[in-house]
Amino acid sequence: MKIVEDSPPVLTALDRPNSYIGRSVPRPNLHRLAQGRGQYVSDVSLPRMAHVAYLRSPHAHANIVSIDASTAKKAPGIIAVVTGAELAKVMTPWVGVLTHLKGLKSAPQPPIAVERACWQGEAVCAVVARSRAQAEDAAELIEVNYQPLPAVTDAETALDAKTPVIHSSLGDNLCFERKLDVGKVDDAFASSDAVIETTFVTGRHTGVTNEPRAIVADWNEGEQRLTVYQGTQAPHMMQNLFAKHLGLAEHQVRVLTKDVGGSFGIMVHTYADEMATVALSKMLKRPVKFVADRIESFVTDIHARDHRIKAKIGVKKDGTIIAFEIDDLTGIGPYSVYPRTSGIEANQVVNLVGGPYTCSNYRAQARVVFTNKNVMCQYRAVGHPIAVAVTEGLVELAAAKIGMDPLEIRRRNLLPDDAYPAQSAAGLKFEKLSHHESLAHLDAMMNYAALRAEQKKLRAQGIYRGIGFASFIEVTNPSAAFYGVGGARISSQDGATIKLDAQGAIIVATGVSEQGQGAEAVMAQVAATSFGVPIERVRVIMGDTDNTPYGGGTWASRAAGIGGEAAWQAGKALRANVLAVAGAMLQAKPETLDIRNGVVVDAANGTERLPLEELARVAYFRPDTLPAGIQAEIVATRHYVPRAWPFAFTNGVQASYLEVDTDTGFVKLLKHWCVEDCGTIINPQLVDEQIRGGVVQGIGAALFEQCLYDERGQMLNGNMADYLVPMAAEMPDIECGHVVSPTADSELGAKGAGEAGTAGAPACVMNAINDALRPLRAQPLTDMPFTPDKILRALGKV
Amino acid sequence: MSERALDISLTVNGETVAERVEARKTLVDFLRDDLSLTGSHVGCEHGVCGACTVRVNGEIARACLMLAVQCDGTTVETIEGLSDSGELADLQAAFAQRNALQCGFCTPAMLATAQDLLKRGGVPSRDAIREQMSGNYCRCTGYHAIVDAIESVAQARAGAKK
Repeated sequence: MKIVEDSPPVLTALDRPNSYIGRSVPRPNLHRLAQGRGQYVSDVSLPRMAHVAYLRSPHAHANIVSIDASTAKKAPGIIAVVTGAELAKVMTPWVGVLTHLKGLKSAPQPPIAVERACWQGEAVCAVVARSRAQAEDAAELIEVNYQPLPAVTDAETALDAKTPVIHSSLGDNLCFERKLDVGKVDDAFASSDAVIETTFVTGRHTGVTNEPRAIVADWNEGEQRLTVYQGTQAPHMMQNLFAKHLGLAEHQVRVLTKDVGGSFGIMVHTYADEMATVALSKMLKRPVKFVADRIESFVTDIHARDHRIKAKIGVKKDGTIIAFEIDDLTGIGPYSVYPRTSGIEANQVVNLVGGPYTCSNYRAQARVVFTNKNVMCQYRAVGHPIAVAVTEGLVELAAAKIGMDPLEIRRRNLLPDDAYPAQSAAGLKFEKLSHHESLAHLDAMMNYAALRAEQKKLRAQGIYRGIGFASFIEVTNPSAAFYGVGGARISSQDGATIKLDAQGAIIVATGVSEQGQGAEAVMAQVAATSFGVPIERVRVIMGDTDNTPYGGGTWASRAAGIGGEAAWQAGKALRANVLAVAGAMLQAKPETLDIRNGVVVDAANGTERLPLEELARVAYFRPDTLPAGIQAEIVATRHYVPRAWPFAFTNGVQASYLEVDTDTGFVKLLKHWCVEDCGTIINPQLVDEQIRGGVVQGIGAALFEQCLYDERGQMLNGNMADYLVPMAAEMPDIECGHVVSPTADSELGAKGAGEAGTAGAPACVMNAINDALRPLRAQPLTDMPFTPDKILRALGKV
Repeated sequence: MSERALDISLTVNGETVAERVEARKTLVDFLRDDLSLTGSHVGCEHGVCGACTVRVNGEIARACLMLAVQCDGTTVETIEGLSDSGELADLQAAFAQRNALQCGFCTPAMLATAQDLLKRGGVPSRDAIREQMSGNYCRCTGYHAIVDAIESVAQARAGAKK
């Protein structure tokens, strides 16, 4: 384990000559995207393509008594108007449950509402026309007779006897419940020197991908095949689901994922309107395109993080944390989202609270309830920002209560760096973490002591600055334990196929997909290194279920760690195959040869023996000149799935430095730091940029973002003027540092890095605000987002 | 709805374009749907995200807040033109080198907005860069790398003038 700079030297464990591991190699797709030559789904246009607009329920809960589309059907350009009942003949409904989340239940969800709409924004009718504008014009002519029903909008009362049950077949509004009781929690609280009890609220928010959701479905009646252009994070998962619900075999479905205008977990779910678009294509036997507009996105893209957590911590005077207890309640909308379910987020909160610490007494309860709001599901860093806010919020409140420095209380409680393998109170298994080294690195990087001195000096001048921290752990590289064991056909393994082309370049096909995070570059770096060619001679193919090995896609920080290892192994296998041919051509033992920089060389001294181009020429065009019995096998495939550990946990610590204007309640972010340990760093620049982007996404949750609903279930701020997102002017510079503890589960040793920033940032900003306001005796703020009015209220100014 | 359509003539990326367009059609829909210039992106259609930013008569403008008919007689430049002319070459190279784009959806508009600042010359402060870019939403990068890239180009251009 060692601390590395942003551009570390080549790592010794992977010291192939000309290694690209550990180098900030630019991504191959950047120039294309920067020239406006990307191809996003919203750019796709096919012959005979029709456009669909969805008429959506204005009510949170209502019976659909009748739909009169007679006028709409005569409108210019109209191809079809299709109701939920009509579409139900083409596509079966789905139920979002997983068997390993015991007791989790949900109701069948149709692609378009049939008889009843369950949230404001649910599609009730599809209008297909030659242009989107014509479809929208006609949608306005449809008369829907609704009978409004009482809407369940408050999670707190969703389980009360007098609250209506949304799906009567389920018996109640409880989707999922989990309880955990480890150690002697009551005894521990009784023996605590201080107990802090408070309620945290994390605001319901959403992904706001820059490109709204889009899909083009093309059913070819002549081929009996469906091609779907979709910006999904999991092409093979979607292939399975489209086939399953249309009654097709998987080989009849091809999912193509080209450029994706942002995903963040938003693009890994089944959306009713996208399923409907696919069904419409089959029904109408022509390509159909759907692009959500921004208003639709706000009421249909999954929401997340709507949790209320009553939480408690017990500490001794010496800072020892001896107990955590939480009661988490979350309202997830009317359906558990398919196929990953809406129980995972709360389940993660239970798993992760207290995770960085040695404390062995932990009690948790989580209840997931149905409501008549838009559905919630997994969004970047699923559950982590909530669990980290609760844990780190409690830790800093406890530190303040006993008068201990916030870094010191962590030093006394974080799992020791030499304690591994270790297990958390909730049962999480850790192979190797580096909390203390990370903390020491952060302390030095931010010059903590100097900042404290500056803070003190400025307070005397009436300037209130705060410093906040968050230690965290992050789930990455999930094995089949995440979804597979629960019965979902979501692959935890991934494969890579590498072939040598006829000029000695290599083509890498992988099941992981690219949404901008740089998976394409990482695959190229790994394959170039393990096989032995310059990176300019590597091309990567992703996002095509017809042409890539079966895989899970890109989510849960798995692309580099799992897809990368598959590419590493495939590169090695292809090298062995190629050297077998080279050995025959050169009359040398293959084990005395190597491939370096695109040339077969003597392994011992690097003497060049045979360019790959010449080997490929012989293999493809003059195989007759090879000795008898030598068949060149110059394509190799390898698969990889983590087996030794259910997840490769990463860890890290963040710090925020900010200033609160006590007159206006505005928060000015001055600087943010993150030290993270994602194991082997394949591309330092890409890791840092994942962290930076993730931090800002977390800052959005802390300061700006919230989907506001009224008591009738109407979303009040579903547009970008009213729903605030982080913009450049308000964001700080973000400094990144690294500790490297590779996982031994793979040769590459890489863990995931995509979600660490988002996991820790909200807690960090919360703690910094409370640190700033502590001398003013403000009530600690625990209700995100921390808007100016909440800050002024905490200060007693309004 | 032909009675609601109008004939317009304009210059787009140096080419003369004469088309009949619906009066209600936005400039960005006209560019994307009628001219197949898909480098300009539609993110919010209400002028907040900035993904549709193009140049009209030399000034940056949100193409979702302008109607195509308003552009009759104007000169419009999109990423396709700005890119092929080489005007943005150093900025594009800096964005690539600094990984100042991830999904790339905001990037064409980011480049146009950044160039609008850089054209004024000098080396703006990081705060001034952030202020200029404050109307362009990026969900991926957290903006730090974008500011770095623009700052480096400003320094390089200023250095080249000396």
